[in-house]
Amino acid sequence: MKFSEAWLREWVDPDVDRATLLEQLTMAGLEVESVESVGGDCSGVVVGKVIQASKHPDAEKLSVCQVFDGKDTFQVVCGAPNVREGLVSAFARVGAVLPGDFEIKKAKLRGVESQGMLCSAAELNLGEDADGILEFEDELGDKLGSDLTTALALDDVTIDLDLTPNRGDCLSVRGLAREIGVLNDVAVNHQATAPTEATIESTFEVELEDPAGCPRYLGRVIEGIDIRARTPFWLTERLRRCGLRSIDPVVDVTNYVMLELGQPMHAFDLDQLDTKIVVRTADAGEKITLLDGQEIALDESTLLITDAGGPVAIAGVMGGERSGVQDDTQDVFLECAYFAPLSIAGTARRFGLHTDASHRYERGVDFDLQVQAMDRATELLLSVVGGQPGPVIESVEASHLPPVRRVSLRQRRLDELLGVAIETAEVDQLLDRLGFTLVDRSEVEGDGVVWTIEAPSHRFDIAIEADLVEEVCRIYGYNRIPSRTPVTGLALRPIALERSEHNDLKRQLAANGFQEVITYSFVDPKLQDLLDPGVEPLALANPMSSEQSVMRTNLLPGLVDGLRSNINRQQVGVRLFELGLCFLPGEKLEQALLLGGLMWGRRALESLHAADDSVDFFDLKGEVERLLEWCGHKSVTYEVTDDSVLHPGQRAAIHADGVEIGRLGRLHPEIEQRLELGAAGTFVFEIGGDAALTRPLRAFSEISKFPSVRRDFAFVVQESVSARQVEECLRGALGDALVEFRLFDLYRGKGIDSNEKSIAVGLTFQDPSATLTEREISQFVEKAVTALERDLNARLR
Amino acid sequence: MNIDKVVSEAEAAISQARDEAGLDEVRVRYLGKKGELTALLKSLGNLAAEARPAAGAAINSAKQQVKSLLALRKASLGAEQLATIVDQEAVDVTLPGRRPALGGLHPITQALARAEEIFVGAGYEIVAGLEVEDDYHNFEALNIPEHHPARAMHDTFYFRDGMLLRTHTSPAQVHVMENQQPPIRVICPGRVYRRDNDLTHTPMFHQIEGLVIDRGISFADLKGTVTEFVQRFFEKDLELRFRPSYFPFTEPSAEVDVQCVHCLGSGCRVCSHNGWLEIMGCGLVHPNALEMSGIDSEEFSGFAFGMGGDRLAMLLYEVDDLRLFFENDLRFLRQFN
Repeated sequence: MKFSEAWLREWVDPDVDRATLLEQLTMAGLEVESVESVGGDCSGVVVGKVIQASKHPDAEKLSVCQVFDGKDTFQVVCGAPNVREGLVSAFARVGAVLPGDFEIKKAKLRGVESQGMLCSAAELNLGEDADGILEFEDELGDKLGSDLTTALALDDVTIDLDLTPNRGDCLSVRGLAREIGVLNDVAVNHQATAPTEATIESTFEVELEDPAGCPRYLGRVIEGIDIRARTPFWLTERLRRCGLRSIDPVVDVTNYVMLELGQPMHAFDLDQLDTKIVVRTADAGEKITLLDGQEIALDESTLLITDAGGPVAIAGVMGGERSGVQDDTQDVFLECAYFAPLSIAGTARRFGLHTDASHRYERGVDFDLQVQAMDRATELLLSVVGGQPGPVIESVEASHLPPVRRVSLRQRRLDELLGVAIETAEVDQLLDRLGFTLVDRSEVEGDGVVWTIEAPSHRFDIAIEADLVEEVCRIYGYNRIPSRTPVTGLALRPIALERSEHNDLKRQLAANGFQEVITYSFVDPKLQDLLDPGVEPLALANPMSSEQSVMRTNLLPGLVDGLRSNINRQQVGVRLFELGLCFLPGEKLEQALLLGGLMWGRRALESLHAADDSVDFFDLKGEVERLLEWCGHKSVTYEVTDDSVLHPGQRAAIHADGVEIGRLGRLHPEIEQRLELGAAGTFVFEIGGDAALTRPLRAFSEISKFPSVRRDFAFVVQESVSARQVEECLRGALGDALVEFRLFDLYRGKGIDSNEKSIAVGLTFQDPSATLTEREISQFVEKAVTALERDLNARLR
Repeated sequence: MNIDKVVSEAEAAISQARDEAGLDEVRVRYLGKKGELTALLKSLGNLAAEARPAAGAAINSAKQQVKSLLALRKASLGAEQLATIVDQEAVDVTLPGRRPALGGLHPITQALARAEEIFVGAGYEIVAGLEVEDDYHNFEALNIPEHHPARAMHDTFYFRDGMLLRTHTSPAQVHVMENQQPPIRVICPGRVYRRDNDLTHTPMFHQIEGLVIDRGISFADLKGTVTEFVQRFFEKDLELRFRPSYFPFTEPSAEVDVQCVHCLGSGCRVCSHNGWLEIMGCGLVHPNALEMSGIDSEEFSGFAFGMGGDRLAMLLYEVDDLRLFFENDLRFLRQFN
């Protein structure tokens, strides 16, 4: 909401300076967004009158004028088409400085001397109009020679307020004046316009078919207007200072009334209206072409103003083209209605038509304002375009107007909710200042004073006690409320024994060299499909871009994207992780917490100590093993998987206690190529959030007091025998006596058949209750060898 | 045989020995079975009986002398040897260490964690919540019915079935209120989404919201809690101001400005030279919001507050561009490790 300070001060003028006024607005919840000078930053420009204008002897488009500044007369050559005898305008004398440090000098134009310049609005930063010089007409006729800054009160500012949706009552100068009046406890200078008597009998019938949507509709015919009349400068200037451009005198007047009083109005060309106005909701398939030329297909929830020929306006939003005021309009029909917020809200958004009118109606317009607004508009309109007014016809369904509510405020509740005891006398005064009508004030046992009030029609938002608590608090001053901390029982917080906090898990990964990333939850469907083929992701109905249009089903798109951008930034070693929700479509959407990690590039920072090689599958697996050990998973296995996004020879499903909890592997080389991730390999893991956050309670087990013994030996097996088979075979054969198993060497090559490999293991034996004897140890080794030979067809080297 | 001569020869030999083996040779030469001093001792029998004791004592004393010289030399040889080894093992300590890469948490995670820790310390519980929500929990239950103008402040991402991406963390509070009777003290940190993308907005961002419901909770409690939090979070005695505002699910509602954490109010780039930073919205929970979730608004009252996690991180670490948080540039992220 933009408004001019000077206009506001005409309505209410507290004894506070501009800075204080702005501060008051912001601190009252009407946040000042910006403050701008209204323009006209010039010096030496005065009000001047053209007392004579004649053609330039040598130039078709120039006039030679005599301009009177109240004291002297100056000859001025002027090129404006609208310059004429009797015109009062802005006169920049020689020596004047216009915006942009443009100094006016004596000049000769086509041989004729010019002692100054008549100025257009654009030249003085008073608007965009550069086509002609300013026309003050008679308004400033008695101020010839006075400085323009004073004459036009240019020491004014345009204040832009960022109003919250509940403050529809402040979308007018009148509303703001009321607010400033309350804050400063000063009266608002306002007298309602006296009604203009009808001079003709013409009316136009109005029928309210949807009284819930439109409970009140005032109409008035005005015949014989002069649509070519010029809106006076003071009025267009006020509109300009409130951010509106001048359109034509009728629109200018209705806009003016809207800014002043907060009541949107609309004027129809009476000749274009057929039979009568019916306010109703749209029929399916109906269409309207709006004032701005666009055609809209309406739906059944849209409230319309119609005539016998169909829709003439979308109620409270925008008028139609057919019935709009044209430059040959003679008779107008003025509409001044109260539309219920609910029937307008949504319409503007649905059709993308946000207008000043819809903005006000959906926030709520004072339902008792229409008569006043009609009177004000009539008065202004007649003064600008003339014409003969008919009587005001009011159609109203009182039962659908907002009720006048009685709301009570209990002193006890007020004090409890604010945490401070406000003197009852101060509450009396605050309620009165706010314009509430006190209906009852009594003492009630347990509640203290109970105030019962009726809110004025512009405070249609006051419905319950909490609304009054807020109002009292607001005017009392938020910053006068004390600060204290809540008093509460010292309940102790439960801490899960068997579960890590998210941040514990994250810190563990960070300690292992992984950098946390936060990537968008919506991703590019193409990347998503590449990294989770065959899954139809949940798609946004209204994405901002196609690259962010589907919800991720796993964490790979974000991680890979993070990798790609870091490769582009010349990173050589990347380890990323993310913990976040993924969205798995299905009969019922599953929002699953996943932990994902990615390793790529150098294994170690470049250094004289480390080789230059890249991470491989076993770096990845080591990290996963380390993490799962931290999680406390006892029996983790790595199983065959056919996961198609992973390298067929370097991939595994991760199982804990037989349940799949995740996967790890190298991205499929085809995907690596498609995404240009380089040949070194991109290694990823994903683990379900629950599995990663699980943290079984550790339990103590006795530490043996007796020494352990280790025996190492190597054996040859078929290439197809896996490390896991070897471990299972040995653990199976040796049972609890085997306390540690190490596979510490793997050899292929000289001395070993090409379809075989040599495996070296270290077995550590220990007995909890005795020192193992040489004999026992030999028996263990023998058992081990026998089992390997029997189960895996191994032979000792 | 001149004993003194033997001793002085031994002494010379000992001092000339370069290592333990050389020293041992000297020992054998003088003290071994066939050593010179041993031989002298054996030759005592050739002396007259009365001369033997004196000679014997002299030889034994010489032996002791050589022994102690040997021991001394041995100790000093050991020290020399160690010194040599130490010398050889010296490294250029200014060379870089063998360093595994350090990872780290995202600055937003760190800022949220700090906020969480402050509240958890006061007995608040952390509630996560889901990100795809229904209209009821994101809007209706928060007193924002369909067509409410406040919906325009939440430019929402929708799915075709009418579900949506939560536009704030408040739905998590609704779930808590639905499932728990007061006293309630929770904070809900997490990702939220709005259709906004420019210099100061990203379509995904973070919020941290707090909710306290109990008997007798007041606006004063809200002010105290919020003020204390901000001062603890930034570890500065910052001034706060509360301005009336509007959120459909709180009443009275307030916007909170904090004295600029950077310039402490004197005006700088961070606060656009006005000394204040808008940091959060808050208010007393609207009775409608309490009732809709089955909490008696006559018996209980509460407050709620919400702030931007990204904003907190920006102010804490003086990051001047929100978008950096989601570009995941390692050169940026590593600055916070």
